Amino acid sequence: MKMIRSMVLVSGDSLSLERGAEQVLQALQNEIQAFGLSDEVSVMMIGDVGRHDALPMVIVYPEAAVYGPVRPEDVHYLVEEHLYKGRIANDLLAPVRELSGRIAWVAARKGTLPAEQRIVLRRVGLINPDDIEEYILHDGYTALGKVLTEMTPNEVIEEIKKSGLRGRGGAGFPTGAKWSFVAREKSAKKYIICNADESEPGTFKDRIILEGDPHSIIEAMAIAGYAVGADEGYIYVRGEYLLAQERLRRAIEQAREMGFLGKNIFGTDFSFDIHIHTGAGAYICGEETALIESIEGKRGQPRSRPPFPTTYGLWGKPTVVNNVETLANVPPIVLNGADWYRRFGTPSSPGTKVYTILGNVNVTGVIEVPMGITLREVINIYAKGMKGGAAFKLAQTGGSSGSLIPASLQDTPMDFDSYAKAGVALGSGALLICDENTCVVDLVKVLMNFFRKESCGKCNPCRIGTQRAYEIMCAIAEGRGKMEDLDQLLWLSENMYLLSNCGLGQTAGTPIKDMLKHFRAEVEAHIALHVCPTGVCKIKAFA
Amino acid sequence: MNTLRAKYADEIQAILAKYPPEHKRSAVMPLLYLAQREAGYVTVQAMAEIAEILEISITDVASIVGFYTLYYDQPHGRYHIQVCTDLPCALRGAEDFLKALCQALGVEVGQVTPDGLFVIEEVKCIGACHRAPVFQVQGDGEIVFHENQTLETALAVIEALRQKAQQEKEGTA
Repeated sequence: MKMIRSMVLVSGDSLSLERGAEQVLQALQNEIQAFGLSDEVSVMMIGDVGRHDALPMVIVYPEAAVYGPVRPEDVHYLVEEHLYKGRIANDLLAPVRELSGRIAWVAARKGTLPAEQRIVLRRVGLINPDDIEEYILHDGYTALGKVLTEMTPNEVIEEIKKSGLRGRGGAGFPTGAKWSFVAREKSAKKYIICNADESEPGTFKDRIILEGDPHSIIEAMAIAGYAVGADEGYIYVRGEYLLAQERLRRAIEQAREMGFLGKNIFGTDFSFDIHIHTGAGAYICGEETALIESIEGKRGQPRSRPPFPTTYGLWGKPTVVNNVETLANVPPIVLNGADWYRRFGTPSSPGTKVYTILGNVNVTGVIEVPMGITLREVINIYAKGMKGGAAFKLAQTGGSSGSLIPASLQDTPMDFDSYAKAGVALGSGALLICDENTCVVDLVKVLMNFFRKESCGKCNPCRIGTQRAYEIMCAIAEGRGKMEDLDQLLWLSENMYLLSNCGLGQTAGTPIKDMLKHFRAEVEAHIALHVCPTGVCKIKAFA
Repeated sequence: MNTLRAKYADEIQAILAKYPPEHKRSAVMPLLYLAQREAGYVTVQAMAEIAEILEISITDVASIVGFYTLYYDQPHGRYHIQVCTDLPCALRGAEDFLKALCQALGVEVGQVTPDGLFVIEEVKCIGACHRAPVFQVQGDGEIVFHENQTLETALAVIEALRQKAQQEKEGTA
C-alpha cells in the first residue's frame, strides 16, 4: 500500500496554463520519479488556487508551503530541497500577500504564515469536497459511528455540554443546553436545522466550511438528530451560495448511497435524512424563527418568542437550530472528547473561532485560532500589520450587528464573556479592521443603510427606527446635523434594543451606541464645526 | 391547464417530497425558483399555477415573491451585474466603482440597458469581502464572481458577455 506523505498541487487556471503550468507539472512528475519518491508523494493539477499574483503556483502539503511563480527549471531544486531533504525552499516561496479561503492553510504551516489552530477547517482544502471517500479517509463519519454504536443519546449531550461548545452564529448560546431542551420534549417528530443563511456583511466563514467540507455538516446533523431524537433535518442555505448548494446536494446523495443517511444507519435502528432549503435573498432569515417561517413557505418574518424553537419550532415541532460552524465542531468533540476540546480557547469559551479578516491590513482572509486571542495579535501576527503603517482606529466585529472595537480594547481576549464584560460583542466572526483614515460617521451611515434595507418591516421600532437613524446619520455626514440629533440617536438605539421583536432590531442600534461612546468628539466635529476630521465626508476636511 | 406541472411533473414531485404532505406550501420557494428558471422571471400565470399546486391563494404566492429579493416579477436584463456595497466593500471603494460602472453603461441602478442584456443591481454581502470591489454576474442559470475589479476589468467582462450574446444571435439568424 502506498503511504502518501506529501501532496503537491499545481495551479491550473487559465493564466497558470498560459505561463507553463503543464510543463511544471511534467517536470515535477519527472523529478519526483528521479528521486524515487513516486510512492510517497502525490502530484496533481488543480484549478484556480485563489490568488493570482505569482502563477503558476505549487503548493506542498502538509506544510502548506506556497511556491510561486515556479518555472520548470526551478523544479529540480524544489523537489530536492522540500520533498527529498524536507526543508522549505525559502527562496522559491511566493510573496506573502493574501490568505485565501480556497487555499487551505493547515495547522503546521511552516512555510509562509503563522500557525493557526484548525479544528473546524482541518480538512478544508485538503480533501476533494465532492468525494465522500476522501472525507472518510480523513476520519469522516467515525464520530457518527461512535455515537451510534458506543454512546447513548444522553451521553452525547453530556459530552457536548462538558465541552463547553457555544453557538458560533453570534449569540454564543451553549449548544449542549439547547440540545437537551429538545431532547426532553416528548414529541414523535423533531427536527434539526442547520442555519447556513450566512449574510452578515464581512462574514464568509460558513461558506468556506460548506464548500470545502460539506460532509462534516451532514455528519454533525446526524449526530445531533441521534442525541435529541430527531429523524429529519433541513439545511437552510443562502440563495446566493450556489456552489455550496451544489456541493451539499452531491454530499447528501453520496451519504445516502453509502448508508450514512437514510434508514438504519450503521445497522442500528436510527434513521435520519436531510433536505436542502434554499433561501432567496433575505438577511432576516438568518434569525432562527424567521428561518423556520421561511421553510414553512411564508415570508421570513421572526416569530414572537417564547415559545422558543426548542419547544415550538418547524411546523410546531421541537427543533434544534445550529449555525454551520457550531455543527462543524461537533464531530471532533465526539471523536476526541470534551477534555481535549477544552484544551483550546478560554475556560468560558472553549475551542476555536473562525474569523474573516478584512479592511486596512496587509493580509486579509480566513483564519481559525483559539478563542481568547486578542485583536492586537490578530492584526500584528495574522494580518501582518496595518496597511502602509497607518494607526489602528477601530474594528467592527460580527457583521453589522457586531460592535465597534476601539483601540483601547485591542488587548481584551476575544471570547464571549470577556467581550460581554467590556460591553462589546464578538458577533459572527468578521473582523473589519479600519485605520485612522476611516470616518466613523461614514461607517455607521453605511451600516444603518444596511439595516434599513434589511429590516423585515414586521415591527415598528425596527422598521421606523433604522430608517430614522439612517436619515440622521446622513444629515450629520452632510453637515446638517444638530447636537440634539445625538440624543435622538441614543434614544432610538435604546428603544430599538428594548422594543424590537428580534435580534436584528435589537442590535441595529449597537454601532450608534458604540460610536457615541468611543468617538463622540469626531461626531460632534461634524455637527459643531462642519468638518470631517478624516476628510471622508463630503464636507470641509479638517484643515 | 397547469403548464408548469405538465412540463416538470417529476421535478415538482421531488420538491414536494422534501416536505410533509400536510405542509405543501413549504415548497413555494423551490417552485418559484423553478418558474423563474423557466421564464426568466416569475409570471403571473406561474404564480397562479404554483398556488394551484400548493392549494394556497395567489396572493400568498405573490407575497413571497415580493418579500425575497432573488425573485423577479418583471422581465429584466439577461445578466444581472450585482455589486456589493456593504461596509467592507464600501471601504474598498465599491461605491465609487458602482457609480463609475453606471456612468459607463449609461444606466442607473435597477435600469436595464437598451439592448436588454444588462441590469446593474446594488446587493448586500456576497461573501467576497476581502477582494472588493466585487460583483457577481447572474444569468444563463449561473453565478460568476469577479473579484478585485476596476472599471476597466468590469467593462471587459461586460463586453465579453455582449459579444457572446451577439454571436448567439448571429448564429441563430
